[in-house]
Amino acid sequence: MYPSRFRYEAPSTVEEAVALLEAGAGEAKVLAGGQSLIPLLKLRFADPQTIVDINNIPGLDYLSFGDDGSIRIGALVRHADLTRSEELAAKQPVIAAAAPLVADPIVRNRGTLVGSLCHADPQGDWAAVMVALRGSLVAQGPSGRRTIPVDDLVHGPFQNALAHNELAIEATVPAPAGSPRGGYLKLERRVGDFATVAVAVSVDMDGANVARAGIGLAAVGPKTIAADEAAEALVGGPLTEERIDRAAELAAGTANPRSDHRGSADYKRHIVSTFVSRILGKVASSMERAA
Amino acid sequence: MTSLFEEVAPVPEREVPTRRITVTINGESRTMEVEPRLLLAHMIRYGLKLTGTHVGCDTTNCGACTVLLDGEPVKSCTVLAVQADGHEVMTVEGLAGKSELHPIQEGFRDEHGLQCGFCTPGMMMSAKALLDRNPNPTEEDVRWAISGNLCRCTGYQNIVKSVLWAADKMRAEQNGGEES
Repeated sequence: MYPSRFRYEAPSTVEEAVALLEAGAGEAKVLAGGQSLIPLLKLRFADPQTIVDINNIPGLDYLSFGDDGSIRIGALVRHADLTRSEELAAKQPVIAAAAPLVADPIVRNRGTLVGSLCHADPQGDWAAVMVALRGSLVAQGPSGRRTIPVDDLVHGPFQNALAHNELAIEATVPAPAGSPRGGYLKLERRVGDFATVAVAVSVDMDGANVARAGIGLAAVGPKTIAADEAAEALVGGPLTEERIDRAAELAAGTANPRSDHRGSADYKRHIVSTFVSRILGKVASSMERAA
Repeated sequence: MTSLFEEVAPVPEREVPTRRITVTINGESRTMEVEPRLLLAHMIRYGLKLTGTHVGCDTTNCGACTVLLDGEPVKSCTVLAVQADGHEVMTVEGLAGKSELHPIQEGFRDEHGLQCGFCTPGMMMSAKALLDRNPNPTEEDVRWAISGNLCRCTGYQNIVKSVLWAADKMRAEQNGGEES
């Protein structure tokens, strides 16, 4: 399969890229990892006039950690970079748990976290993770930068809040409100398949108590779901069995899955509950061991 | 259209923009003029006539088209040829020396790591990248490394054995044949 013809531009600065997007007037697409865009071009689901390849822009491949525990992930950080970072594994367990579960190892060498967020696939891994972590996307347009919380970025399936002349340049994770714990679990039929259900849970622990929590659900609705009620139920107390069960039940109630060839709606809701319990149970038992 | 036949002005031929790119392929620098929409897999197979790289699913699933781009495995059906400009590509043809097979190829031969052979070039390139990074992989490491490459014949068992065989041989060669 071949993509339709397009004009190819490979700018070397963010400003040039933004100018090209502006000139494209909605008919230009950004190419980063290309692992979603190129298949869409080949299937002719996407037919842009111009492709703006940002891979030649230096300085967008940073993974940087603030002293306060905040994290910045540049637009050209590949999934594979995230699987290999020891600092990330030590400082942000939810991202570290999700990275090796994205697509397959070959796709992870090209695909980017920021690109996945922009792609806004309801089954995408990173939006669920970033929703749980209350992360944001930083976009640059002709008149400057703005920060968009990931929860507001996704409008619907494959629809994001970026304007046609804005380039996503980084994803940011705010400083945790305590010791950052949590995890990511994904049910898939085989490596590389889209998620049947995926759950990201982040809990910032202040001693034995949860200071802040976030839960993101993928593949169980027309867009990534922030299970805020379930997360709130965890805040202010320890990770007891009752509190974990309550959060799991609330999260399953927030899920809005459809029955399809990957499983029935009831089954998927059950998996949401199981995954929330499993992630939190693991955090609770690791804290007991440490105490 | 209101009638069954209507003469209209000829449609002007759309200008086809091309780009000049230089790619180092299996150690040899090649310069060519390509359309931006040309896929790396097609450049390799139809442009450079290196037909060892196979195109299987053409939808980023199967990994048969896997090549190394600057040492990292990529699915060449999902990379534009223009994106390889100024970079190094290694295909399965780059594995063997002038007179001898690469240990990975020997491993696939000795451990029966292939049946129909369609997935084999992609499997070998994933294995190459694994062994470059981790010369002493566990069975688990090998299974993860090839999890983006589909094989419909072998059940993977012999592929895993082949890669482990190659790892042993390459380590032995590194140590000047003291091991093994």
